[in-house]
Amino acid sequence: MTQPRSFRYVGTRPIRQDGAEKVTGRANFGADLSFPGMLWGRVLRSPHAHAKVVSIDTSAASEIPGVKAIVTSADLPEQRPGGDPTDMYDLTRNILAREKVLYEGHPIAAVAATSREIADRAVAAIQVEYELLEPVLDLDRAIAPDAPILHAELRCAGSDPKPEGPTNVASRILIERGDVERAFADADVVIEREFTTPTVHQGYIEPFACVARTTEDGQSTLWCCTQGPFTVRSLCAALLRIETSKIKVIPSEIGGGFGGKTTVYQEPLALLLSRKSGRAVKMVMTRQEVFRATGPASASRIRVKLGAKRDGTLTAAEASLAYEAGAFKGSPVVAGAMAMFAMYDLPSVRIEGFDVVTNKPKVNAYRAPGAPMATFASESVVDELAASLEMDPIEFRLKNAVRQGSVAVYGPKLKAVGLVECLEALRDSEHYRTPLSENQGRGIACGFWFNGNMQSSAQIHVNEDGTATVVSGCPDIGGSRASLALMAAEELGIPVEQIRPIVADTETIGYNDGTGGSRVTYATGTAVIEAARDIVLQLRQRAAAFWDTQLENVGYEDGKAIPLGDAAENQQPLPLSTLARRAARMGGPIVGRSTWTARGNGPSFAAHLVDVEVDPETGRVEVLRYTAAQDAGKAIHPSYVEGQYQGGAVQGIGWALNEAYFYDAEGHLQNASFLDYRMPVASDLPMIDTIVVEVPNPNHPYGVRGVGETSIVPPLAAVANAVQAATGIRFVDLPMSPPAVLAAIDRTRG
Amino acid sequence: MHDTRYEAPRSIEEAVIMLSSGSVDDVRVLAGGTDLLVQMTSGGRSPSLIINLKHIPELTRIRFDDSGALYLGAAANAFTIGQNERIRQQFPGLHEAVGLIGSDQIQGRASVGGNLCNASPAADTIPSLLTSKAVCHIAGPGGATRTLPVSEFILGPGRNALQAGELLVELELPAPAAHSADAYQRLIPRSEMDIAVVGVSVRVTVDNTGTCTDASVALGAVAPTPILVPEAAAALVGTRLEPADLERAAAAASAACRPLDDKRGTAEYRRRVAGVLTKRVAAEAAERARGR
Ligand SMILES: Cc1cc2nc3c(=O)[nH]c(=O)nc-3n(C[C@H](O)[C@H](O)[C@H](O)COP(=O)(O)OP(=O)(O)OC[C@H]3O[C@@H](n4cnc5c(N)ncnc54)[C@H](O)[C@@H]3O)c2cc1C
Repeated sequence: MTQPRSFRYVGTRPIRQDGAEKVTGRANFGADLSFPGMLWGRVLRSPHAHAKVVSIDTSAASEIPGVKAIVTSADLPEQRPGGDPTDMYDLTRNILAREKVLYEGHPIAAVAATSREIADRAVAAIQVEYELLEPVLDLDRAIAPDAPILHAELRCAGSDPKPEGPTNVASRILIERGDVERAFADADVVIEREFTTPTVHQGYIEPFACVARTTEDGQSTLWCCTQGPFTVRSLCAALLRIETSKIKVIPSEIGGGFGGKTTVYQEPLALLLSRKSGRAVKMVMTRQEVFRATGPASASRIRVKLGAKRDGTLTAAEASLAYEAGAFKGSPVVAGAMAMFAMYDLPSVRIEGFDVVTNKPKVNAYRAPGAPMATFASESVVDELAASLEMDPIEFRLKNAVRQGSVAVYGPKLKAVGLVECLEALRDSEHYRTPLSENQGRGIACGFWFNGNMQSSAQIHVNEDGTATVVSGCPDIGGSRASLALMAAEELGIPVEQIRPIVADTETIGYNDGTGGSRVTYATGTAVIEAARDIVLQLRQRAAAFWDTQLENVGYEDGKAIPLGDAAENQQPLPLSTLARRAARMGGPIVGRSTWTARGNGPSFAAHLVDVEVDPETGRVEVLRYTAAQDAGKAIHPSYVEGQYQGGAVQGIGWALNEAYFYDAEGHLQNASFLDYRMPVASDLPMIDTIVVEVPNPNHPYGVRGVGETSIVPPLAAVANAVQAATGIRFVDLPMSPPAVLAAIDRTRG
Repeated sequence: MHDTRYEAPRSIEEAVIMLSSGSVDDVRVLAGGTDLLVQMTSGGRSPSLIINLKHIPELTRIRFDDSGALYLGAAANAFTIGQNERIRQQFPGLHEAVGLIGSDQIQGRASVGGNLCNASPAADTIPSLLTSKAVCHIAGPGGATRTLPVSEFILGPGRNALQAGELLVELELPAPAAHSADAYQRLIPRSEMDIAVVGVSVRVTVDNTGTCTDASVALGAVAPTPILVPEAAAALVGTRLEPADLERAAAAASAACRPLDDKRGTAEYRRRVAGVLTKRVAAEAAERARGR
């Protein structure tokens, strides 16, 4: 692949195509669609964190005038256990509880009625008899020998010897490389620490919302906000045991997802209710329901041990991670284990991970799932190691940073990567040299994310006037439409303003895996480039036929088919617009297409630098200055790349400082609102400065690598390292909320 | 099915008649609605009648009388109060407290009367109303009126002294003495859109030697209601408000706390920070008072 190259449209910052309708409030989000005669669906949720469901009586509820349908788990077919990547046996139980309720907010039944109020009243009229069980609310309790068991059939996978009894530990994984014992013996300094992080939520602004409608022939349409319309379709089809072709999913605009909207919750219920009632059914979660019952991110406990030589060379790493999965197995502990040391050339590592079920909502992906908490632990210890060797924290990291050719801890030999460039950019920044005052501290941390691949397809339709429509199937959660349009403009050689990028429904475009894993600009972007090249080839073929010459005598430049060789003597260039206008006579409609299973998304590395001030009397931490440097490979639309860096940094700052789920002793969530679940607000933050490093990904035509997730990985440790620098105290438990910080300051003062 | 009726009376008399038509829970007045509507959507309240106060002139009026006393219409919005230069001059602490409520959007609606009537332990304006010795002017059925000091108006978390049919019309804040000033600060983990973990209002009056002749200290969010702390005030009176004096007031403030342990802050933390803020706010009020 030819690099570097110069670009005409890529790298510019045009106004996003979906911007005007969003800022004027006209964009249609999940809850914006309504139909005449539509019903409202509401969900009965468990008030208990752990209980047997003895009986469910819906008779009184069904008597209420206006109630049109009620569903319980009896309406969902039983599924077989196992299954990858989604265990349908677990999923159907998460959609509607069967034998047990496993967290406060666990759905038990759903009602469709002529108004939301009637549906709420009907929900309240459903009688459920519970047999209360002791809730398991943290890792310690979950693994205690006498712990209550969530799933009688659960056996620990990957444990040796084979387990006999039931357990709350769903699986154990081990990553091992080199001779760890000897490598620690070779180290001059060894530091070991244990860290904990709480359950946190993605905190997207738009609650889940959908409308389902089923016609008499059993054909269903589902409008919903989701990161993966095809995922929704396949999961719903499997849950309801109907053919995929019976469901059409139309994705709405989406008000944030961050990984949280990659599965289904109420969508299958809306479908069931619409099938049962024959009416359109709308369901919109409240914020409380979002907090209580949609995938948060795992709470974790992580032990890290790192050794280095006096010259700063890392010799060995050891870690043990336990992640809460919530009610059903499947925390991102493996990804955390693989990511936590991926920034460093480490010959010897041993990482053990445990996936543990607890009576909390089943976790779901959250931006670089699993990596932020593990990297909080590893990068805190790295910082401490650098300090104990009296080395500059950036120089220490540079000495050990992975480069092209390094064998990553998680396996592969790395191609070109940009970690060194990120660290150097911070080291050379004005920020790094600016002096600090009393009670202030500066912290740095690195981060890594794999970046996903999966399946993408795209189509480009050239319109009669020479404009074009770019059709993809990946919901736009981070400005991807603007990036896809830029890539199409680059290949077609027409202004980006003449390109309309759209996200199509599941019947209008071929299969696309969801928007996630920072994959869309890379994987779908490549498909768009290939689809555009498909068009360019067709245009050249048409010009060749018109000029009666060979294909190799037709080039393509700046939106025109160019005569080359013999043809150049007596032919004028043919613009795309002319070929489009004459399409009917020159071969028919011009459609480009491309489809593939992506393979080469390059990992993205980042380094973040942060200054904080700690109020020693109140423990309040203020973020004064922040710079995020990250490798984008190639920034297609730099504003949206920077936006990703900033957004991830902010979410990480929230995780570090104030966000946490608070449960009472019975497992009731105490802070299911944005008032008490303290995500940062704009006024909490300084400008998040960005440095876009561009070390091209050799596997993408323009060098793109995903950027959406890495940015949330470094901030937890960066902030903790800054707080350490300001207070002299190493914080190992998140969040570093004012009471926690003040208590620690008090302890060290004695 | 439950329907909610909405009325927008033009006079106090009209409003009081409507208010008398049902129980306190069934008929709610609406000032800014920034507490009421949130309570309704979260299922906490479902009144059958809502009475908007914003069309009653007396309720949104802000005026000073000849003595310099401030009469603050109960439904006047926080933004308008924030723009009022004389309030800022005379009641800088109350002005600060009002300026902290919510965000710009919330301030366009929220009122001091609503903040007081809602009677949250953490309400930001109540400590300032307490240290300024504010008095509630209340209208009742049949043209009845009565007054009640703010300290007696608040009965408990979410509970005030209004009877069925009664309306808070305005708040009277007596003109502060010469060389007197107040200040307010709160601690929140965030920088806005958050609920006070601790709020502290201090008013001090100094003589021309800089000695404190009068003081008042009130705390929010550390007890079931905002509280006056006479012991903290006493620690300031007669002193020159030196750091050691402020420390004594801080200790008294901490000792007076009867805080809850909850998701918003541990009891121990609230006690500590009540002291820290008392010290800081007293220093701020003292500096302002000396400058007058
Ligand atoms: C996003 C957000 C942020 C907020 N931030 C803060 C904050 O930082 N600090 C803070 O203290 N509060 C905060 N609040 C709470 C609220 O905004 C304040 O308490 C505000 O002052 C309430 O005023 P209001 O006019 O909106 O009251 P309303 O909601 O209209 O009324 C509140 C209650 O008082 C009753 N009431 C109102 N006026 C009268 C009257 N004249 N006579 C009799 N009864 C009356 C109402 O019936 C109702 O029960 C916040 C609220 C929101 C939604």
